[in-house]
Formats: sequence, structure tokens, C-alpha cells
Amino acid sequence: MKAGSNLERVLESGNFAVTAEIGPPKSASSNIVKQHAQMLKGYADAFNLTDNQTAIVRLSSLASALICLNEGVEPVMQMTCRDRNRIALQSDLLGASALGIRNVLCLTGDHQTFGNEKGAKNVYDIDSIQELMIFKQMRDEKRISGGEELEEAPKVFLGAAENPFADPFEFRVIRLAKKVAAGADFIQTQAIYDMDRFEKWIEGIRERGLDKKVHILAGVIPLKSVGAAKYMKNKVSGMIVPDEIIDRMKKAKDPKSEGVKICVEQIEHLKTVKGVHGVHIMAIAWEEIVPEIVREAGLYPRPQV
Amino acid sequence: MIIAEQKPLKEIIHNLEGHRNILVAGCRSCVAICLAGGEKEVGIVAEALRVYGEMHGKLWTIEEITIERQCEKEWVREIQAVVSSKDAILSMACGVGAQVMQEIYPDIRVVPGLNTSNMGAPEEQGIWREKCAGCGDCVLHLTGGICPIARCSKSLLNGPCGGSQNGRCEVNPDSTPCAWDQIYHSLKRLGKLEFMEQIIPPKNWITSHSGGPRLIVRQDAVLTPEEKAEKGVPK
Ligand code: SF4
Ligand code: SF4
Repeated sequence: MKAGSNLERVLESGNFAVTAEIGPPKSASSNIVKQHAQMLKGYADAFNLTDNQTAIVRLSSLASALICLNEGVEPVMQMTCRDRNRIALQSDLLGASALGIRNVLCLTGDHQTFGNEKGAKNVYDIDSIQELMIFKQMRDEKRISGGEELEEAPKVFLGAAENPFADPFEFRVIRLAKKVAAGADFIQTQAIYDMDRFEKWIEGIRERGLDKKVHILAGVIPLKSVGAAKYMKNKVSGMIVPDEIIDRMKKAKDPKSEGVKICVEQIEHLKTVKGVHGVHIMAIAWEEIVPEIVREAGLYPRPQV
Repeated sequence: MIIAEQKPLKEIIHNLEGHRNILVAGCRSCVAICLAGGEKEVGIVAEALRVYGEMHGKLWTIEEITIERQCEKEWVREIQAVVSSKDAILSMACGVGAQVMQEIYPDIRVVPGLNTSNMGAPEEQGIWREKCAGCGDCVLHLTGGICPIARCSKSLLNGPCGGSQNGRCEVNPDSTPCAWDQIYHSLKRLGKLEFMEQIIPPKNWITSHSGGPRLIVRQDAVLTPEEKAEKGVPK
């Protein structure tokens, strides 16, 4: 065990893992995170607290992760390279570990021009792969990136994201290999709607034996409406939504329940894909639907390991 | 070359407020090539200022001059006779030229006429693109001759982010190619795709602006005090 987190135990014991996302609010209130944590408790093995997602100023992922922890819910703290240099990132990692946060997701981060502080000066001192390298070195070698020794190493299970749908497609497997080499223990993918392309990607992962080296959690996003589906197809970079899904949403009498149905079908299918070790549910601004999806997909109750 | 564009005339006029004898000083180098501060543009701006002055009862006189390079002291010194009667210089050079001008004429206010943008190259007529961010530790040998620092919106060093699609950068799909998509194809053409598999470690930014203003000293080229005296180099 590298960090002994619940997520790590579930994955290492060979169980099909479930993670879900909790979006911190655009405010200084802890209530929403608390409520979501209480509501979702038991429905996933760990919960991602996003780090100023889409470059919008929100309650920090570190604070949100601590709020979850206090509610008895295990956090995955997201950390982007957009806003912090390696000094701040390492410092926050030490802080997170000291507070008992045991899962961290290393991300490059959405560019600031997508958010509500378009004029911000970005940092991008290091990229997500370098972030993984540095964090792994801190954990396994007790040294910061500059080489100085730590008295106590942080205890963290390290995650990274991967988008199987971005270009150049041929490079996406290599990129994952780089993340694994850099220190990723688990991977959460971008939401999958284009199953064919995902399967082609995971085939490449298996060919390189990467599924043996890293736990892959396939991302899903339940759709609320046909508008949401179209938005994701047209506006979210690096996302492919096939017309067939848009059609299904368009024809549905009750789009919300159709969205849940599609999501559950996707999870059922992903359970059968070799190399997939779990799912990551991103119900953006629709967190309350997660219990239903997890139940319907036959993933409740979560294993006690 | 250095790419710059003219400040809006309104802003230039505002910044020249209170001055009477103004010299509009252009530069025949980079900023002439990017159609921002060469002889022609200097003529246009100077004329516009004169017309504005007449229409708005401004008692200013506008003179114009364009020199070979405003970033080199020798050229800047040569216009001493014209400059000495002025109380402001509107520098139509890049930020480097404007600063050299101020250095040589410390008692005359230098006002920038351009917004200096980047180090780039003309792409086609009327279009210029940034190519280098002057990081001081070049990695082009690893990236197929395409700069990931200046040309990737996130300055990534280990391949494209998740937003790279159809060869475009997520930040500006209409105008910006994804640098890493270009790097990938360049390395493929060059038979060096294995470079994409290498992990490039965190960069040492000390050679960039992060290390403070940079200074390059070529000891072998620096003149001794005797040589300076001999050549009559001003102190
Ligand atoms: S790597 Fe640095 S020096 Fe080389 S082109 Fe890019 S910014 Fe310029
Ligand atoms: S899309 Fe390409 S150029 Fe744009 S930030 Fe991502 S990797 Fe960099």
C-alpha cells in the first residue's frame, strides 16, 4: 500500500471501483460540500473535489477535501498546474497529507481564458506529468523536486486524467504510458460517449500492458437534456458525443431518466471491458443523481475492504 | 523578429498630454517589417497628430524621424541635434528601442507609440505569429523544431493536453494550431517519434525571466578601458 486510502484498497483488492465528483461552490460556504458529502456517502469509494474547474474561482479543492474528510467521506483532491508553481504545489501536497487527504489527482488544468478570470496570469511552471514525477519522488524518496530531503514524506495515492478522445489519437496511449512512468497509480478518463474509440484506445493500453501497471477508471457524465449533450459535443474541448446519443436524448419523453439510462448502460458495458478497473461519475451540478446511477448499475453497496 | 502593433491613436494622444515639441521616432527594423513603426507608419501617425492638434487647438509641433535601429545606442545618438529641442519623444520602436531612447536622452520624456507583443515571424502578408518566448534554455532539438513554450498555450513539455482536437488548440481553435499536434507530426516526419515517449523533466526557469532580468556577457568581446578610450566610446 502506498497511501492506504480506501480507493487504493478497493482497487488493489480487485474490486470494480467507483469514484464521483463533487463540485465546490462559488462561495465561502462549506454547506454545499457538506450536504453533497452526506448525500453521497457510501455511494462511491472516493470523491473528487475539483480545483477551480474550467478556471472558475471556487472554494479550494484543499478546503473542500477537508470538509469531506470531516464528514467521513474520502476525498480525491484535484491539483492543477495552472495556478501554482512547484513550490505551492509541493507545499499544498504536504498540507493535504498532513490533514489526512490520501488521494490526489494531478492535472494540467483548463486554460484561464475559459473561466471567470480571463485576464489572470497563468503559471504552468510544470505540467501534469512533471507534477506526478515530483509527487512520486516526494512520497517514495522523501525528497522535494529541488532535491532537499523531507522529514516526513506525504502519503498519497496518485492519480492522473487522460482523454482518449483528444488528438493526435495515436499519441494518447503513449501519453498514458508517460503518466504511468511518471508515477500515476490510477487514471480517471474524460467522459466516454464514443465507445468504439474508447475500446480502440484501451486495446492500445492492453497491448502495452499498461492496464497491469495502473488502475483505469472510465469517466461517465449523465446527461440531463439534449441541450447538455449538444453543448458537450460542440463546446467542450476534447469531447466526442456521437449523434446516436443526441438522437436518443432528443426522442426521450423524460430526458433526465433517459440520461440516467444511457449512463447506466455505459457503466454496465464498461464493467465488461478488459483493463477497466472502475468508473468515475462526473454528474456536474447534478450530484444528487449519483446514488440512483450507482444502484441501477449494480454497484451498491460499495465493498468494505 | 520582434512583433509589435500600434497603440490606438486616442491612447497616444492621451499619453502625450501636456507636451509641446514632440518627435515621432520610428525604427527601420522589426517594427517596420510588421508595419507598426517604420517610416511610413511614422509619417501617418505624425500627420494624424498634426491634424488632431489643429482641430483641437493643441499648441504642439510634431516632427518626425526614422532611424535604422532604435535598440542600438550608436544610431540613437546620431539624432541628438533633432532630439535636443523636444520635450517628448513618441517612440514608434519596440519596447527595447523606446528604453534605449530614454537611456540616451534621460531628460526627455519617451512615450511608447507601440504595444510590443512577442518574438515571432511573418506567417503570410499581414499575419505574424509568436515563435519563441526567450526561455534561455532551448528544447527545439527535442520537439521537432517547434517551440512548446511559446506556441503551446499551457507551455506543456510532455505532449498535448486533453483539449487538443483536429490539430487545433483548445484555447483558440480558430486561430491557433495545437503546438503539440504540430510537434507530433514534425517528429513523425523526421523519424524521431521516440522523443515523444521521453519524459522531459521540470524545466529550469532560472534562464527565463523567472531568474530576473537577463544579462549576457561575452568576455572576449567586452572592450577594456584602454580600448574604449581609444575608440572614443562614451561612458
Ligand atoms: S524553447 Fe525557449 S529558446 Fe527555444 S524557441 Fe522555445 S522559448 Fe525560445
Ligand atoms: S491544445 Fe495543444 S497547444 Fe493548446 S494548450 Fe493543449 S497542448 Fe497546448
